[in-house]
Amino acid sequence: MDDTLILGAVAYDPKVVTIWDGFLQWFRARGLPFDYVLYHNYERQVAQHFAGACHVAWNSPLAWLQAQRLARARGRSARAIAMRDTDQDLTSVVVVRADGPIRTVANLPGKLVGVGAADSPQATMIPLQHLAEQGLVADRDFAVQRFDVLVGKHGDHVGGERDAAKALLAGKVDAACMIDGNHLAFAQDGTLPPGTTRVIAQTAAYDHCNFTVLDGAPPQLVERFTELLLGMRYDDAAVRPLLDLEGLKQWRPGRTSGYALLDRACERFGFLQPFLRQMGVG
Amino acid sequence: MTAMLDLGDLGLDQGAAVLLRIALAGLSPGDALRVSGRAPDLAVHLRAWARAEGHEVVAGAAATRAPFVAELKRGTAAAARWQGAERAGSAGMDGVVAHAPAHWGLAARGAAVEAGGPRFHFPLAERDVVWADDAGELYRAAAAAQWDPATAIPWHAERSHPPFVEDALVQVLTYLIENETVALLVPARFCAQVHPHFREVMQLLAIQAADEARHIEVFTRRALLARSELGLSTAGGQASLQTLLDEPDFALASFLLGVLGEGSFVHLLGFLHRHAPDACTAEIMRLAAQDEARHVQFGMSHLLRHAAREPTLLARLRVAIERRHDALRHTAGLNAEVADALVVLAAGELSPVGIARGAAAVAELQAQMDAGRRTRLRKLGFAAPDAEALSGLHTRNFM
Repeated sequence: MDDTLILGAVAYDPKVVTIWDGFLQWFRARGLPFDYVLYHNYERQVAQHFAGACHVAWNSPLAWLQAQRLARARGRSARAIAMRDTDQDLTSVVVVRADGPIRTVANLPGKLVGVGAADSPQATMIPLQHLAEQGLVADRDFAVQRFDVLVGKHGDHVGGERDAAKALLAGKVDAACMIDGNHLAFAQDGTLPPGTTRVIAQTAAYDHCNFTVLDGAPPQLVERFTELLLGMRYDDAAVRPLLDLEGLKQWRPGRTSGYALLDRACERFGFLQPFLRQMGVG
Repeated sequence: MTAMLDLGDLGLDQGAAVLLRIALAGLSPGDALRVSGRAPDLAVHLRAWARAEGHEVVAGAAATRAPFVAELKRGTAAAARWQGAERAGSAGMDGVVAHAPAHWGLAARGAAVEAGGPRFHFPLAERDVVWADDAGELYRAAAAAQWDPATAIPWHAERSHPPFVEDALVQVLTYLIENETVALLVPARFCAQVHPHFREVMQLLAIQAADEARHIEVFTRRALLARSELGLSTAGGQASLQTLLDEPDFALASFLLGVLGEGSFVHLLGFLHRHAPDACTAEIMRLAAQDEARHVQFGMSHLLRHAAREPTLLARLRVAIERRHDALRHTAGLNAEVADALVVLAAGELSPVGIARGAAAVAELQAQMDAGRRTRLRKLGFAAPDAEALSGLHTRNFM
C-alpha cells in the first residue's frame, strides 16, 4: 500500500465524505496517489494509525496527544505536518446568563456548569482545566453536567455545546462552556439571543486539529501530500468549496506548541489513561 | 496610515460584521484596521470572527473589558473568493448571450458569478431556440393585463336562458378546462427547462401558466353557478391533448400549442363571447381570449426568430403536424357533445331554424379558425398551398 498515500479521518458528519472525495480528486489530478479511510471514532483511528492502516491521520487535539503519548511509550515518533489556519489560537469561554447573579468565576462555587461531550477538548477539558487553574476544580467546587453528544468524536460535533447553551438559557445549568466562535455562532443562529449571556472567563489560546504522521510513513508521499496541501489556494475555485466545508481559508505548517493547555487538562483529569491502558501502555 | 473603525456599542452578535467587512474591503491584504468598541463580548467575538474570515488579530486579543481596541490585519480570502468570477452577460436585453453556460445557473443576468459553483442542467440554453425579441415587452403587457376573477367578472349578472343552453355551456366549459390544463402544463414544463439567463422568456412562460390557472378557475366557477356537476370528458379529446403534453421539443410544442392550438382557441373564445347566454360568461370569454392572444403572439415571435436562424425548422414543424395528425387519425376528434353544445349555444333555441343558424355559426367558426391558422403558417414562411394543407391536418379537437 506504500504506493498510495492513505489518510485516516473520523466521520463526524456526512460532509466528511464530500470533503475527502473532493480532496482525493484534487490530489490525484496533481499526480498524488491518494486514498482515505474513515473511522467512527478517534480512538479507533489512532489505534489503526499505529497498526499501519493509514499514513496520515487527521487528528483532533486529543487524538494528537493520544498518538504522541502512545508513540513515546512505544519508542516511536509522531509529528504534526499541517493544520488549518482556523486550528490555531482558539479560545474557549465560560458563559452565564446576563440577567443572572453570577458576575465572575468567583461566583461559580456550588453552581452547576454545563460542558460538552466528555471527550471534547474545547467544550469540556480545556475550560475545566482553565477553571482548575483559577482554583475552581470540577466536581469539588462546582458540579458538572455533561452534554454527551457523539462521544468518540472529540467534540467535533457541535451538538454537545449547543445542548449546554440551550440548558443555560433554560436555567437548567448556571454556566456553559463553549468554543469562542460557537458563542458568536449561537448568538447569530438564535440559540443564545444577543444580550442574553455574558462571558465570565476566556481560556488561553490553544490549537485544534492537525495531520499527524508517524515514523516510517513513506517520506516522498508525505512530502508531496504536505506540499500540495500547503499549496491549496482559496482563489482556486476547484478547491474553495472543500476549504469552506472543512472550515479554513489556508492550510498552515503543523505546530505542536498549542497543545500545552490540553496536555495539562489530560494530566489533571486523567483523560488519556483509559485509552493508553486499552492500547497496553497505560 | 492605519484605518480606524469605531463600532460603538455594536457587537458582532448584532451585525458588527457588516461594518467590519465594509471597512476591510477598502484595504489591501496585509493592511491594518484598528477596531474599537464597547460591546461586552467584542474581544471574544472579534477574535473568533477574524479567525473564521481569514484575518489576523495582531493586537488587543487579550483585552476583555470595554472599551476594547484591537488591530486586524486584512487577509486575502475575501478577495480570493472573487478571483475568476465572471459576469453572466449583462442585465439588459442586449446582454443576452447565444449560449448560457451551465455554471451561470440561477444567477441574475448580469450578476458576477463566483467560480466553482454548481452546474445546472437547463436543456433550453440556446438563445436561438428560446428567444423572442419582444419577450420583455410581452411579459410587461401580460403583467399589466392580469385580472382578478373576483372583481373582473360579473358573477351575479342575470341569467334568463333556458336549461338546455346552460347544459350546453357547462359541457363546453368542461371541454375548455381540460384544454386549458394542457395549456398550463406545457409552458410550466418548459419554464423549468429554460436557462434563467433568458429571464424574459422564463417570466413569460410563468405568466402564461398563471393565465391558464386563472382560466381553469373561472371556467370551473362559471360551470358550477347553476349546476352541481361538470360535463363529459372524452377519450378522443384527451388523446389529442396528450400529444401536446408528450411533445418534448420546445419549438414543436410552441408551434402545436401556441400557434395552432391557442390560435384556434382565440377564435373559439371569441365565438363563445358573441354567443354567451349571459354577461358573466361573455366577460369570462373576452378576458380569456385577450390572454390567449398574447400566448399566440409569443409563439409566433420566437418561432419566427428561430426559423430565420434554423433553415430546417419549417420542415420539422411540418413533420410535427403530420405526426400528430397520424397519431390522432383513429380518434374521434371533437366529441359530438361539445360540437352539439356549440351549435346549441349559437342557436339559443332548439327549433330547426335556430339549430340551422347555430350550425352555420359553428361552420363559420371553423372557417375562421382555418383561415387564422393559414395566415399564421404563411407568416412563419410556409407557401400558401402548404399552409392550407397543414391547417387541414390540425386536430379536429381545435387545441
